[in-house]
Amino acid sequence: MSYLAGDDMYGGYGGADILRGCTVSVDKGEIVVIVGPNGAGKSTAMKALFGMVRLREGDVRLAGESIARLTPQDRVKLGMAFVPQSGNVFTTMTVQENLEMGAFLRRDDISGSMERVFDLFPVLEEKRRQTAGELSGGQRQQVAIGRALMTRPDVLMLDEPTAGVSPIVMDELFDRILEIKQAGIAVLMVEQNARQALAIADRGFVLVTGENRYTGSGRGLLANPEVRRSFLGG
Amino acid sequence: MDVDIVNAAVLLANFVVVPAIAYGSQLALGALGITLVYGILRFANFSHGDLMAFGTMVAILATWQFQAWGIGLGLLPTALLALPVAIAGAVIAALAADRTVFRFYRVRRSAPMVLSIASVGVMFVLNGVVRVIVGPDDRSFSDGARYLINAREFKTLTGLSEGLSIRTSQVLTLALAVLAVAALFWFLRYTRAGKAMRAYSDNEDLALLSGVEPDRVVLLTWVIAAALAAIAGTLYGLDKSFQPFTYLQLLLPMFAAAIVGGIGQPLGAIAGGFLVAFSEIAITYPYKKFLHYVLPENLRPDGLVQLLSTDYKLSVSFAILVVVLLWRPAGLFRGRVL
Amino acid sequence: MSTNARAAFGFAVVAAALLAVGLGQSWSVSLAVLNLCLISAVMALGVNIQWGYAGLFNVGTMAFAALGGLAAVLVSQPPVHAAVAAGGVKLLAAGAAACLAAGLVWYPYRRLPRGAPRAVAVALAAAVGFFIVGVFFDPAVEAIEAVDPSTSGYLGGLGLPIVLSWAVGGLFAAGAAWAIGRVALGLRADYFAIATLGISEIVIAVLKNEDWLARGVKNVTGLDRPVPYEVDLQQAGWFVDLVRSLNGKTLAGLTEAEYAGMLRDLTVEASGIFVKLCYAGLFLAVLLVVLALSERALRSPWGRMMRAIRDNETAAEALGKDVYRRHMQVFVLGSAVIGVAGAMLVTLDGQFTPNSYNPLRFTFLIWVMVIVGGSGNNLGAVLGGFIVWISWIEAEPLALWTVDAVTAAMASDDPIRARLIEGAAHVRPILMGTILLLVMRFSPRGVIPETVGR
Repeated sequence: MSYLAGDDMYGGYGGADILRGCTVSVDKGEIVVIVGPNGAGKSTAMKALFGMVRLREGDVRLAGESIARLTPQDRVKLGMAFVPQSGNVFTTMTVQENLEMGAFLRRDDISGSMERVFDLFPVLEEKRRQTAGELSGGQRQQVAIGRALMTRPDVLMLDEPTAGVSPIVMDELFDRILEIKQAGIAVLMVEQNARQALAIADRGFVLVTGENRYTGSGRGLLANPEVRRSFLGG
Repeated sequence: MDVDIVNAAVLLANFVVVPAIAYGSQLALGALGITLVYGILRFANFSHGDLMAFGTMVAILATWQFQAWGIGLGLLPTALLALPVAIAGAVIAALAADRTVFRFYRVRRSAPMVLSIASVGVMFVLNGVVRVIVGPDDRSFSDGARYLINAREFKTLTGLSEGLSIRTSQVLTLALAVLAVAALFWFLRYTRAGKAMRAYSDNEDLALLSGVEPDRVVLLTWVIAAALAAIAGTLYGLDKSFQPFTYLQLLLPMFAAAIVGGIGQPLGAIAGGFLVAFSEIAITYPYKKFLHYVLPENLRPDGLVQLLSTDYKLSVSFAILVVVLLWRPAGLFRGRVL
Repeated sequence: MSTNARAAFGFAVVAAALLAVGLGQSWSVSLAVLNLCLISAVMALGVNIQWGYAGLFNVGTMAFAALGGLAAVLVSQPPVHAAVAAGGVKLLAAGAAACLAAGLVWYPYRRLPRGAPRAVAVALAAAVGFFIVGVFFDPAVEAIEAVDPSTSGYLGGLGLPIVLSWAVGGLFAAGAAWAIGRVALGLRADYFAIATLGISEIVIAVLKNEDWLARGVKNVTGLDRPVPYEVDLQQAGWFVDLVRSLNGKTLAGLTEAEYAGMLRDLTVEASGIFVKLCYAGLFLAVLLVVLALSERALRSPWGRMMRAIRDNETAAEALGKDVYRRHMQVFVLGSAVIGVAGAMLVTLDGQFTPNSYNPLRFTFLIWVMVIVGGSGNNLGAVLGGFIVWISWIEAEPLALWTVDAVTAAMASDDPIRARLIEGAAHVRPILMGTILLLVMRFSPRGVIPETVGR
């Protein structure tokens, strides 16, 4: 059984269901990517795991226990971290303050965690006194991921971390995400850049209209001709 | 240096600079409260002026009580002793308003306009309560030494023909304003709670994801805004005099200060407060005497050389507001919020 | 309860309240309350057009009411020929100078590209323009205000019937609204609110300060009346006959001396009531016309579009609706209605007193009327005007009565009692605020909710 799993989820934002029996899971030390066409419910599935979408049916379990009734804030306390696609940094606060806000609930010494974030993203240490609003898109994503890591999560969920950044920055970010995985964290990503994302993924879920269409290892999905044709542009 | 130039400078200092600094500090403290409420609770709070009046009323009642007990501060006004009581009163009023009125709409995530209209209701109630308790008339509550330097002393001391008078209340205003603002900025910048407030104001959703308790942030915001309102109101009352209606009229210059500075930005509110105060006083001051000092005899004007009559004071703050809104809709200080 | 039933019930309660005032206090008071209710209802209709139809948060109602009042002065007062002779030409020159100054500012604003040079040029032009206007304007004002300052000191008006001023008041308010709208309508809703609040304060400051216009705080009193004077009625044979025939029973069997005295008393009382009834008739006519027009507008395609814009501005804009233009239309129309009501109010008072305009009474109270009555529903706004005005006006006597009853046991010079009696006079705002908050909380759509489909 996976560390974090959403089983047979049905639900949406009121009105018609967006998720229709969708199942997603991720284990510690692996990268799982959710891909699919626009409107397939990728982000919704991730938000459902985090408690930001009301589930009509289905369950979310963390380390075997159901967390379907918890608020997002409570899930943060249990070691889940979420990086939204937009509005994921405090633009008027400095980089350092952004990281401190990530550790808001922690009462212990956070300097070690901060060092680790700076090791992972050296540019942030350089710009620690600048406001996040002044940074480039790629740097902001680093701040956002760094902020999430400051909670010392077991699960890191990223909603399109490479949206709007250049290909070079994207490769760079994926490398960092691989490093995060190596620290034993479960990484779950929603990605538009499906091909590159699947290349670093251990497993992948292809969603279509809120349902699982294909599931497999990242490499397996990349090799699957049907997946290539329908979702990866040949 | 020519004595006339010195006289002219003293004249300006006496009638423009000193009063504007005091008035500007009072406006800035009020505008800070408006800007904080706007930045965190995200609505224009029309009841802020009457919250100030309420705090001042508590200060007056407490002052009278202290005076009755014979407790005083010597040269300083007794109202200084009453200030903590006034702050407590204003905080209680603000929290009561939040519990009974604002929270309901906040929880339902109502439109900001709805909260603003609700604040009109709160304004009515506070206004009535103040009038019922102390009546609608002028209430004077200043005591202690009236002047730090009065005009006559200044003249004999310097031998100038123009006097400079600095009232105790003016010095007190500046000192308290500096203290309050320094404390506020330190709080926002360096404390956990202050950072939580800034984070909440910047990005509510992300702050919630970071574990910030919204109720605590809201509570703190009201406490700070009400404390600032009580201080600002009491200082204004000491400096001028207390009349419930004048506080309703202060609402406009305070809003102007907050918006001109860029709403949601404490630094902007302070700058806006001083900008509004200086403009109001400088534009309605008659420069006749000043020009008589600095101009050669044949150029001296006969008229008052007053750009606008004093009755247009309020209009000045508004004119500034309009110009800034047209020129830089986000206010003079863009970017940083809280 | 259905909407119609609620409306019927609401108006029945209002009627009962007015009846109670008539029986408890006097019919004269009751009619006075009714007249102000009618005027309030017209004002509330104006605000409802702006807020209920289009969602404009205009907190400058006071200014439009005051401009209507100004119209009453300028239309009905006789011209002060001496003042016109003394300062008329100079004032025209000042007007020309103002046009010139406006051109001076306009030219660089239009011709130069955005940036610092333009800002400097505009500021300079404004300063020069301000100076030029001052040169012509100050002597004009001085000359006008020097003419008999204790009784006139202003230009006077046109000497026309005051009823005409109701229309003119609407025009004044509409013109002001157009100018204000040009500046403020592009702003965010909350900035718009604060901007209108500010402009209304400026308008009042001008009216208080520009004595040459309408005597400022020296007030204009003794305005013309659209209805007969009580004294004339008391002299008129037909009126005395009417009173005699209406009071046959009371007058029967009295001695000659008693009869004459009683008849005089009755005539005096009846003349007051008759005058108030005349006013009520006029105001009711205006109210009905405005109400009918508002209803038609609300149910027309134009009204539907307004609501569409109110409910989703972005979507309406995306559909190609010119939101700014539509907002300007409702802003001007609503303000005009408020201006009419303002002129009616000054007509009823018979005097124009700029000091009496304060935002609590002339802006926020009208807002309470609309929200209590039911935003978006014209009949609701009317009912709100009635309910809120009656509560506002009767709060004080009721509070006094209550305090009196509660403290009846205390000595008449008891300080606590004196304090309470003094305080009772100020319960009005508390009551208003409480009503507003309670309605918003427990009946957010008002007493008569909006009925037309979205």
